[in-house]
Amino acid sequence: MEIRTLFFASYKDLLGTDELHVNLPIGASVSDLVEELRSRGGAFTVLPKLPAVAVNMTYADPSSTLSDGDEVALIPPVAGG
Amino acid sequence: MPIARIVQDPIDPAAVLASVGSDEDGASLLFTGVVRNHNQGRTVGGVRYDAYEEMAARVLSQIVEEAVQLVGTDRIVAVHRVGELTVGEVSVAIAVSSPHRAEAFEASRFIIEEIKKRLPVWKKERYEGDVEEWVEGVTPVAVPARQVDES
Repeated sequence: MEIRTLFFASYKDLLGTDELHVNLPIGASVSDLVEELRSRGGAFTVLPKLPAVAVNMTYADPSSTLSDGDEVALIPPVAGG
Repeated sequence: MPIARIVQDPIDPAAVLASVGSDEDGASLLFTGVVRNHNQGRTVGGVRYDAYEEMAARVLSQIVEEAVQLVGTDRIVAVHRVGELTVGEVSVAIAVSSPHRAEAFEASRFIIEEIKKRLPVWKKERYEGDVEEWVEGVTPVAVPARQVDES
């Protein structure tokens, strides 16, 4: 299944991209996605093991199961206001 | 009536305040967040706010709706600006009107604190010498209600 993965702010700067399409086995979780990214090496290893994430624009737990076509955003610590 | 918006253009605080209020309200309160010229001992020349805009619009709407439930007034407007801002410009404006002052203060405080905790917006400060850095922020926490029972 394919997961549209979004990066913002410091993560976007770190990786030099704001979006990747990641292929994962059916039943994969948010933490599986993060592990796949971190296994790519280089700047990806700097990503936290447990970043805040939003699945389809709702904050989600690392154990949340993903579905094909989900939009997952890795959310750096927020600083609005 | 409650309004939540993420905007690119400058915020007019007077217009935000004017958009709340009714004959039954004895209190009207405006909060503005403003870009200041210093942070942690360093001189700040300006900031840039980035946002996950579609989600930020949703989260701000949720925060405002929670404030409505919390205090029982629906005369609430919250606006957050994104993009490049200079010192003195308004980054966020919150207006609340209610029959009595306590609800207005409570709702306004609730909204700004929740923005700080969970609005997907990031701030990059520009210091002297054109040095730029992302401001250290707060890690949002997934609310338990989101957890789906897989069984």
